[in-house]
Amino acid sequence: MNRYARTAGWLSVLSMGLGQLYNRQWTKGVLFLLAHITGITLITTVLSNHIAGFFTLGEQGQHLVKVGKIYKNIPGDHSIFMMIYGLLSMMVVLLYVFIYVMNVRDAVANGRLREQGLPTKTFIDSIRHGVHNNFPWLILAIPILGVLFFTIMPILFMIFMAFTNYSAPEHLPPKNLVDWVGLQTFRDLFTLNVWSDTFFGVLTWTIIWAILATVTCYFGGILVALLINQQGIKLKGLWRTLFIIPYAIPQFVSLLVMRNMLNDKFGPINQYFRYLGLDGLPWLSDPFWAKVSVIVVNMWIGIPVTMVLVMGILTSIPKDLYEAAEVDGATPWIKFRNITMPFVLFSTAPILITQFAGNINNFNVIFLLTKGGPSSIDYNMAGKTDLLVTWLYKLTLENNKYNVASAVGILIFLIIASVSIFSYTRTRSYREEDMIQ
Amino acid sequence: MKTKRSVRLFFSYLLLILIGIASVYPALWTIMSSFRAGDSLFSDTFFPKHFTLKHYSDLFHPENIAGKQVPYVKWYWNTLKIATMSMIIGTLIQLLTAYAVSRFRFKGRKTLLSTVLVLGMFPGFMSMMAIYIFLVQLNLLDTPWALIIVYSAGAALGLFVAKGFFDTIPRSLEEAATIDGANHWQVFTKIILPLSKPIITYISLMTFTGAWMDFIFAGLILRSRDQWTLAVGLFNLVDSYSSTAFTLFAAGAVLVAVPITILFAFTQRFLVEGLTSGASKG
Repeated sequence: MNRYARTAGWLSVLSMGLGQLYNRQWTKGVLFLLAHITGITLITTVLSNHIAGFFTLGEQGQHLVKVGKIYKNIPGDHSIFMMIYGLLSMMVVLLYVFIYVMNVRDAVANGRLREQGLPTKTFIDSIRHGVHNNFPWLILAIPILGVLFFTIMPILFMIFMAFTNYSAPEHLPPKNLVDWVGLQTFRDLFTLNVWSDTFFGVLTWTIIWAILATVTCYFGGILVALLINQQGIKLKGLWRTLFIIPYAIPQFVSLLVMRNMLNDKFGPINQYFRYLGLDGLPWLSDPFWAKVSVIVVNMWIGIPVTMVLVMGILTSIPKDLYEAAEVDGATPWIKFRNITMPFVLFSTAPILITQFAGNINNFNVIFLLTKGGPSSIDYNMAGKTDLLVTWLYKLTLENNKYNVASAVGILIFLIIASVSIFSYTRTRSYREEDMIQ
Repeated sequence: MKTKRSVRLFFSYLLLILIGIASVYPALWTIMSSFRAGDSLFSDTFFPKHFTLKHYSDLFHPENIAGKQVPYVKWYWNTLKIATMSMIIGTLIQLLTAYAVSRFRFKGRKTLLSTVLVLGMFPGFMSMMAIYIFLVQLNLLDTPWALIIVYSAGAALGLFVAKGFFDTIPRSLEEAATIDGANHWQVFTKIILPLSKPIITYISLMTFTGAWMDFIFAGLILRSRDQWTLAVGLFNLVDSYSSTAFTLFAAGAVLVAVPITILFAFTQRFLVEGLTSGASKG
């Protein structure tokens, strides 16, 4: 009994491709060998430097060096690029390790075939076999690459950033270096008054907003749907189409229009107030009224979505339930309370949670309507209607406080994640997804 | 009993009319403003006293409003290009991803799905800076391709809508096809796709409008005015001239909103389907 599998396996551990060559799979062996050589060369020459750079984040920033009689500006290490290159390099190394493992497994599998006296597959055959068996991974390859580079990498990068001191004005490359500072940013955010006042203020409003926005849109939507669906209301289709209009208009257009409509001096809303002899309200410039405005405008945008969903559910309630209730002499109110409402609430409960999570991150409504304003001296780089996300935006793009922004981002993630985990694990379709069919 | 019923109906109709007015008023007011002479936000009357088409013609003749630098036609073209390309690539990617996770039970599938869920919980802007640095390195800053690549790359993360739909297509159909000798690819193109028209419409519409309306990321990536998309341009118009270029903005906004609104109106039926199948997320 030959121990092909063992020998081939160990040969492949020694160097990629050797096991395949031992199994007389020449093309595959040579390809693996080439991958091995490329991998080793890359790691020893380029990648190891980059990975080291990830940990040091540079030795020296931009500095002046005396050349002859004049000082010259010498570009130093750019910490942020070093971090990104370091991350990319680690990914390449991981890929290399992955290929290595595959190589060993392949060698062992083919060795087994030989032990059983079966012929090993030719190169073309193994490709065909691979395509058929790994079809899902094959079509997922491009999406995964895209997500890896444009979602996962950036997120990792930003997570790491929260543990550095990358922020204006003192730690901005290329002029200066950035360093790892551990949990300092989080500590500042929670304890330093400059940050903690803003953070907790904004957090409180974010939660109030998310609850109010979700509840108003949810019940508003249900009410409107029931209103249309009443017995005796004519032209149901017309009403529905009419009410969907706010949803169909691009959000940035309608929100910018709303912002102008609510303009204190020239906007039509206050103008109508004045016709009625009232003073008009500071819709967007007073902290309280600004909060009212964003919630009302959000209802205008959000109610149609719930309405459409609920109308779909209403048509799916089995008619015989109502007929049975009528036979038993139920009044319309009892039918509504005991059939319609439980049905609607039960089927829309998951949506309630998704909408809540969505509202925590509802950037558009706040940013386009108030830009987070009115600004306030109590807050650092934030206004009275700022949500955590809009604050994050301001911190990053307007103030270059990248480390604080990343820390806030991580905290937002934790909030959303806890809300979502709660809902996903309770969704039936997640646990029992093969139930249908 | 009869009077009670008519009272109820009366108040219902009253409410419906009020909500109806609230729904269409902003749109009507914008349309009216776009026909109003002058450029200010303020107006005495709802219907303009002097109707004019000047604002619309200005959009197409940027030399008339040189001070404001609004190359509207160019923006429109940029937006159309970016939105269409991202729609095609993004929809394809999303459908393929959803098909793979809906139809195959492979190792690592649950991990993959959970990863997608987790990734969706990070605020989108968090990664903007990093993407920005990538794009600088790839020399793609200020090009439409940067946006197309980023939008399409993110499309896979929206797989749950299509997955929810694919999950409801009976497996027996594919089994029959496989017995007849169809391979995976043929099953996808010949059986699954033709049955998925509603969801394809929904996803295309969503990816199209997503690209059409994005002003944050597009504003970060597209640096020069000529490369801007409509959303970036219009946002800037309101932001920098506030109430002094309102009628021009109104005209621009009408031209942006009309095609999208019409698209939505025609695809209403599919929207409902998409909304409901995306809602259960699993």
